[in-house]
Amino acid sequence: MAPKLPPHHPVEQSTSAVAGGNAAAHPEPPRGILRWLLTTNHKEIGSLYLIFSLIMFFIGGIFALVVRAELFQPGMSLIRPEFFNQMTTMHGLIMVFAAVMPAFTGLANWMIPLQIGAPDMALPRLNNFSFWLLPVAFILLLSTLLMPGGGPNFGWTFYAPLSTTYAPPSTTFFILSLHIAGISSILGAINIVATILNMRAPGMRMMDMPLFVWTWLITAFLLIAVMPVLAGVITMMLMDINFGTHFFNAAGGGDPVLFQHLFWFFGHPEVYIMILPAFGIVSAIIPTFARKPLFGYASMVYATASIAILSFLVWAHHMFVVGLPLAAELFFMYTTMLIAVPTGVKVFNWITTLFRGSISFEPPMLFALAFVVLFTIGGLSGVMLAIAPADFQYHDTYFVVAHFHYVLVPGAVFAIMAGVYYWLPKWTGHYPNVKLAQWHFWLSVVGVNLTFFPMHFSGLAGMPRRIPDYALQFADFNLVSSLGSFLFGASQLVFVAVVILCVRGGEKAPAKAWEGAVDLEWSVPSPAPLHTFETPPTFQRQQH
Amino acid sequence: MSGGSYYVPATSKWPVLGSVALGVMMVGTGMVLVHGRGALIMTVGLVGVLAVMALWFRDVVVESRQGLYDAQMDRSFRQGMAWFIFSEVMFFAAFFGTLFYIRVFALPWLDGEGAKGVAALLWPDFTASWPLMSPPDSSIPGPAQTFSPWQLPLVNTLILVLSSIPLTVAHEGLKEGARETTRNWLLATLALAVTFIIIQGVEYYEAYAHYGITLEAGIYGATFFLLTGFHGLHVIIGATILAVMFVRIQRGHFSSDNHFGFEASCWYWHFVDVVWVGLFIFVYVF
Repeated sequence: MAPKLPPHHPVEQSTSAVAGGNAAAHPEPPRGILRWLLTTNHKEIGSLYLIFSLIMFFIGGIFALVVRAELFQPGMSLIRPEFFNQMTTMHGLIMVFAAVMPAFTGLANWMIPLQIGAPDMALPRLNNFSFWLLPVAFILLLSTLLMPGGGPNFGWTFYAPLSTTYAPPSTTFFILSLHIAGISSILGAINIVATILNMRAPGMRMMDMPLFVWTWLITAFLLIAVMPVLAGVITMMLMDINFGTHFFNAAGGGDPVLFQHLFWFFGHPEVYIMILPAFGIVSAIIPTFARKPLFGYASMVYATASIAILSFLVWAHHMFVVGLPLAAELFFMYTTMLIAVPTGVKVFNWITTLFRGSISFEPPMLFALAFVVLFTIGGLSGVMLAIAPADFQYHDTYFVVAHFHYVLVPGAVFAIMAGVYYWLPKWTGHYPNVKLAQWHFWLSVVGVNLTFFPMHFSGLAGMPRRIPDYALQFADFNLVSSLGSFLFGASQLVFVAVVILCVRGGEKAPAKAWEGAVDLEWSVPSPAPLHTFETPPTFQRQQH
Repeated sequence: MSGGSYYVPATSKWPVLGSVALGVMMVGTGMVLVHGRGALIMTVGLVGVLAVMALWFRDVVVESRQGLYDAQMDRSFRQGMAWFIFSEVMFFAAFFGTLFYIRVFALPWLDGEGAKGVAALLWPDFTASWPLMSPPDSSIPGPAQTFSPWQLPLVNTLILVLSSIPLTVAHEGLKEGARETTRNWLLATLALAVTFIIIQGVEYYEAYAHYGITLEAGIYGATFFLLTGFHGLHVIIGATILAVMFVRIQRGHFSSDNHFGFEASCWYWHFVDVVWVGLFIFVYVF
């Protein structure tokens, strides 16, 4: 699939946009801070999301480094165990809800209207609301760390009764902050669905959409379907804590396992929410730098949809050791392993796209290729974990930590970085500094593997997760992990440097910044003017 | 996909003010729950949220009546409302799922049935039943008795199901330009809605005063109030929306072919209606 514009079109679009024929329709935006508080422009809101997510990525990263510093050597060396628990919990919550999800939403805001030829999101004010809820939510969440009794300390999965009967008083604030973040996600997702279904350029059919748009459409559907379930389960927690109900207390006829069912009915689609847009980004970058159309466009769409549907049927694979009936163990084991099929289709298609391509290794491509290799490692350890009898051994060990960090860090986070490097020329009008980007890439790849690969071994050897101390035989693996984590953390400073330098200057990028790029966003000038596609472009389908 | 140019709404101060108001409300709520003070902060936040909603919607109404919105904008609103109702459906799905899980799995297991029957060791004397009159731990009171579905709940079911009829008549009237019809039948719908809320209030009073059904009354009380409570809240929201529609009809808003605000309120009301039917069947009857 490679929609291509008629050759004359880019010029036409750029002149009309630059000349600002519609300037009268757009009153001068307010200046200073008000401009950012009031903006309804998808590009500005996209930038706000991305900056917010980067800040939160560093805050969550510092929490992770506190954890790794404590685990640098055996024994209780730096922090109290209670604080260690708060750090693991907050690291997870911040990275999932405040770093990875907003980063993808930011990319969606910037790129979906540009990729489908729309002037903006379908509901621009709702878009502004969705963003500004996030700082409110996460300032409230971070403030729980300073409250009496400390912040959330029960892991990012906040299993009852740890998060109800035995939770610190601040848990109520944690629940309320998560409600705000959930409202933000639902409204943002509704906006994205409405945009994609309603705002496509005339002539662009669903099966002409770039895969980033497709994957986000399906992701947004997942968000609308499962964020309300999260809202429901945290409301029940709130009632157990404050109103004397017994939802998660067997003494009153409730069931703590019910919490896990509800949480993972949200939680499993949630992990696909964090990876499907990554698939879309990689599916844009690999064809561009292999200079070939994506292999198997339709199968990519169907695979994405299959993964989304299956994601509703696999939740209890997180709960194999909680004491499920045998039939449930078998059902969830087989459905989980089925997910390997559509995921395998995707990896196959990426590799086949590369096959006999004219490949070049610009920074976005480096990250995309690393994604394919390292995400696949995470996917394969996922198949190992899916095997219920084997999971009895792996459960709650560092093997699980290794697995989900491989799919989330060199998976989701690398894809976000690949996307940022890919679209920075469109956003800023400048290419990112290649030398620095290469340093960032190689330091990150080395750091990420040093951090997470040894966790496979310590986990298989039986090291439990979420414990601040460990037996001596795990010392070497943990030493390597900790050193790797500080290398990875420090190398992200290089990323910040690249982004700042790219905003301030650098080699000028033309409208079509990458030779092999084909989608609609490359038909508008670089940097993209504040208002694009004020009149719908004519979309011309490429036969394939 | 429109052929002409697009309509992009102007900037607005309401979204960011709404975020702040919601944050204030949540901080106040947390303070009330955790520290037992902060009611003023919570109230200020709540009033702020409601005010922002009213003013934001007013802007949209004004812009719509100025004819600024095109067919594409109309489709975006329809998409937005439809997906919002879908998210509400999933919210209730979590609560119905809770009810089914408790009744089908959790309680029988606590009673020693099936693969997880070992849980019976916790409270050997426990007997599973629904409604659960005596929770496993004897220190937790169960309800004294439960409501007969064929009294007030049946009346409420009839009220809510039948309220769809006047609403549909009102909608048909609007489509035919018969505004009197619309106004009168909308008023009838509102009367039914208010009656439902009053009866539900009576039932809650009875539950606490005479039936021993409280939030603390084991899992039966918890699920009863979770499902009926959130449904009741949605009825109040739906009735408020219908009341706004009544005012707008009075003021001469809407035309026979352009009245999505009215249609959206009908969608929402039907959604509330359908949830109640599920509630009546699974909370009251079976």
